[in-house]
Order: sequence, then C-alpha cells, then structure tokens
Amino acid sequence: MTRAWILLAIAAAGLATPALAVSDVTTVTGAGGVTLRSVTVDLPESDREFPGADAAAINNNCLTCHSAGMVLRQPPFPREKWAEIVNKMIQTYKAPIDAADVPAIVDYLAKR
Amino acid sequence: MGHGYRFPMIGRRGFIAGAAALGALPASGGALGALAHETDDTVFTSAFPQKGRMILQRTRPPLLETPFEVFDQGVFTPNDRFFVRWHWAGIPEQVDVASFTLTVHGHVDRPLTLGLAELLAMPRIEYAAVNQCSGNSRSLFTPRVAGAQWRHGAMGNARWVGVPLKAVLDRAGVKAGAVAIRARGLDEPVVPDAPAFAKSLAIDHARDGEVMIAFQMNGEQLPLLNGFPLRLVVPGWYSTYWVKMLCDIEVLASTDDQYWTKVAYRIPDTPHASVTPGETGYAQVPINRMVPRSFITNLVDGARVAAGKPLALRGLAFGGDQGVAAVEVSADGGATWRRANLDRDQGRYSFRQWHLTAAGPATGPVRLMVRCTNTAGEAQPLEANWNPNGFMRNVVETTTLTAA
Ligand code: HEC
Repeated sequence: MTRAWILLAIAAAGLATPALAVSDVTTVTGAGGVTLRSVTVDLPESDREFPGADAAAINNNCLTCHSAGMVLRQPPFPREKWAEIVNKMIQTYKAPIDAADVPAIVDYLAKR
Repeated sequence: MGHGYRFPMIGRRGFIAGAAALGALPASGGALGALAHETDDTVFTSAFPQKGRMILQRTRPPLLETPFEVFDQGVFTPNDRFFVRWHWAGIPEQVDVASFTLTVHGHVDRPLTLGLAELLAMPRIEYAAVNQCSGNSRSLFTPRVAGAQWRHGAMGNARWVGVPLKAVLDRAGVKAGAVAIRARGLDEPVVPDAPAFAKSLAIDHARDGEVMIAFQMNGEQLPLLNGFPLRLVVPGWYSTYWVKMLCDIEVLASTDDQYWTKVAYRIPDTPHASVTPGETGYAQVPINRMVPRSFITNLVDGARVAAGKPLALRGLAFGGDQGVAAVEVSADGGATWRRANLDRDQGRYSFRQWHLTAAGPATGPVRLMVRCTNTAGEAQPLEANWNPNGFMRNVVETTTLTAA
C-alpha cells in the first residue's frame, strides 16, 4: 500500500467537483494472492420524466431521490394507498415536498 | 467514514433516456411511456458498470433484476448477472482499496479501524450461499403490493470468501452486555435528516462464526454495485442484512431503534408471514431466515413441448436456512409427486440443481408444480402467502406449458 488518494467526500448532491489526486497504486494483495483493485465506475443517470400534461407536480417533487422507473412500474392502487405512499416519502424519507403539491401528485398517481 | 471513496460528480454521467437509450429496450415492443401499459413490460439494460444484460427496474438508485434464463445456466449466478438493489442514491462511484477502511466501534474494548490489507491477512472462510431480496417475486402477490416489482430474479447464488465477522469482533473485544451489531455501508441518503441504510443482527448471530465479511464473490472481487470492496454475508437470511460497501460496524448495548430495523423490513409474526389483505393489529417481527423455494429453469410459462414424449426437466432449489432434502414435481395439481434427482451438493446455503425426466404429457395444457423440502423437514406451501410489503414468497410455483 502506498499513498492514498486525496479525497473530498462531497455531498451526494454534488455541489462541488472534488479535486482528486490519484496515486499509482490501486491494488491491495493478501495471502493466497487475493488481490483487490480500486474501482471507478460511471453510474448511468435517468432523465426520464413522468409523462402527461398533469405531471408537473410529480416531476417537481418525486425525482430527487429516485428515478421514475420504479414508480411507473407500480400496479394500480386506490387513491388512499397513493396518499399513504406519498406521505411515507415525506414523513419517513424526508422528501422536501410542498404540502400544496400533494393533492396533484396523488391525483396523478391514482388516475393510472 | 469519509475515507477511500468518492461520490458521483454531477454532469459527468451517462444517461438512460427514457427506456430506449444505451441498450435499454422493451422486451415486447410495448407502449413505453403510456402509463397503462407500463407495469408489465420488461425493459432490459446493459448500461450498468460491471453488469451484463439485466432487467431494469429502476435506474437511480439501481434496481437490476437477473433475467430468469441465467438460472438455467448453472448453479452459481455470474457476478455480471447478479441482481442489484440500493435504497439511497448516494453511492460512491470510486473506491480506493489503499485507503478504504472498516471501523468497529461502540460497546467494545478496542475500537478498530481496519484497512483492506489487514483484513486480507486474517483467517478466511468460504462457502456458497444464496442472496435473495426479501421482496423477490413481489410482482406475483395477489392483490398486488407496492415496492420493486420483481419477478423471480432478485436472487442469486455465489461462492463467498471473507473473514468471519466473529474474528473481527473478537479483535475489537465485545464488552459484556452487548446485544447487537449494526452494519452500515458507504451509501448515503441524498436529502438531509433522512434515515441512512443500516441493519442490525443479534450479537450471538453476529458471532456464530458463519456470518462473513466477504471480499470475494465467485473467485473475484465484488462488482461495485454488489458492494465492493466488502459485503456482509448472512447465510440463510434475506439480503437486507447483507450490507454492501460495509464500512462501519457498531456494537450496541441496547436494541437497534433505527428505522431500517425497527420499522422497515418487518413481517407479520404469523405462519408464512401471511395475513389477510386489510387485516390489522397483528404482531410484527424483523424479517429473518429464508424459507425453501424451487423453480423449473429449462421451461418457462407458455413453452410448447411434444405430446407423448418424455419431458426433460431441470431447475434450482434452495432450502432457505437449511440444505435441500428433496425436490418433487407434480403434473396433476399436487395429487401425486415424483422425486427429482438432486445434482451436486454445494453446501447447505447454496442453490442445488435438480433434474427429472417426466412422463410424456397428453395433448393440451400441462401444469407442472415443483416443491422443495429442506433438511429440517420444512416444505414449500401449496398456497401463496400475502403481506402488505410482498415479503417472503415461497409458494410452490407452477409452470404452464402446452403439449402438442
Ligand atoms: C427524500 C427522498 C425521496 C423522495 C423525494 C421520494 N421518495 Fe419514494 N422512496 C424513497 C425511499 C428511500 C424509498 C425506499 C427505498 C427504495 O425503494 O429503494 C422509496 C420508495 C418509493 C416507492 C416504493 C414503495 C415503498 O413504499 O417503498 C414508491 C412507489 C415511491 N417511493 C414513490 C415516490 C413518489 C410518488 C414520490 C413523490 C411524492 C417519491 N417517492 C419521492 C425516497 C424518496
């Protein structure tokens, strides 16, 4: 092992570009020749939006933490169930959602 | 935390545009974007690093399902086809092995910070084990429930190599009165004050000598999306406990009162974790050990087979937290069962392949059922369970064919 990378753990929202000084050494080897190699990947993003003329509220509030795909793949649920899910996003996962937008989001989801 | 990894930079990443770019294509040419048709269309993607062709359930944070045909190709699931499931999108895109550390702290005599070289120098264990999401097969629940709409592909079997968690805990010296360990990975929520993903295990379970801090999967380092560089392996238990990018172990002197153990991933404390839709007021417990399951893998629903000709069947079974004792197949709705031949035993926690040549079917629809009984005598039930989170499906599965 030699010098580590200099790391700046930036907020995942990525407000700053991290300055990255990369050392040459990118492997650690242990007994039996087991070698672990440093990894850098590019995770794909999604620019998919909820479709439809009435999708403004859901697009403004529901894409911060996860992309649309999994929400669009949900089976149909009654309005109360969608209200419960949206409420869980706000109460449990701390989704920053304006209370005034909630009815439009629930309407959109319940109309499916 | 804060060593040996880097979070994504904005504006640098590839995009999966809708469903059509970067190899993500609808399987059926279904009307993507048209909400009503969306749910049951399968979308494939090859856009994820270190991953081959996968079913795309969600791009960010990734939910990638193993296409079912992979399970017919062998007893071990290749790393590049192994399912992926993350809760929060704060996933580091870079892990530096030279500076990555695992911290052990809390109710211990000697808090530790271990580098990967130190872990690689410790005694190792190795075994095969099935990693299965609590919600595997959720899309088959009736009535349907919310959550990732997996078919059977949120499971996989791998050979894991690592250090027993017990050895690391012993090195830190667990103090008397410890009741649990809580494990955390490098992943982080993307909004303030949200509950970071963490799971706990009872201290005796954590020290059973089998729970492993794994650094190899099928003879290679783990793909980043499966938890590189370290992943907790809790054999026989659902994947929610197999914390990825494991970087922090806290020994607790009281029970874990954080969200992901106390509130999420709970099941009804009833047989098969089953309740009636709408039922309330039942006791709940954290999801825990897995239960037996089995699948025919060489024929899928809708396949056409030759009438009157012997029918070669093969598939996979696993016993949950026990080995596989028997796999049986029924072609008459469960009235009679024929025992299948079990292939090589790869260990108690592994998939077990099986095969059987069934009698030639009569012309018309053929319904084949497959049932696993584990070494503790627990068999798959004939009736599907139901609970509001879609956890722990293990009903006998039926494959419907047409003989002509
Ligand atoms: C603060 C972050 C955040 C925001 C904003 C957010 N969600 Fe979620 N959502 C989560 C988390 C965390 C999960 C559970 C983990 C997972 O699914 O990977 C989740 C899961 C879900 C699920 C699966 C069902 C479940 O209960 O787990 C649905 C459906 C969903 N979200 C819909 C929405 C909708 C609709 C909105 C907009 C109102 C929204 N989300 C906004 C964080 C968020």
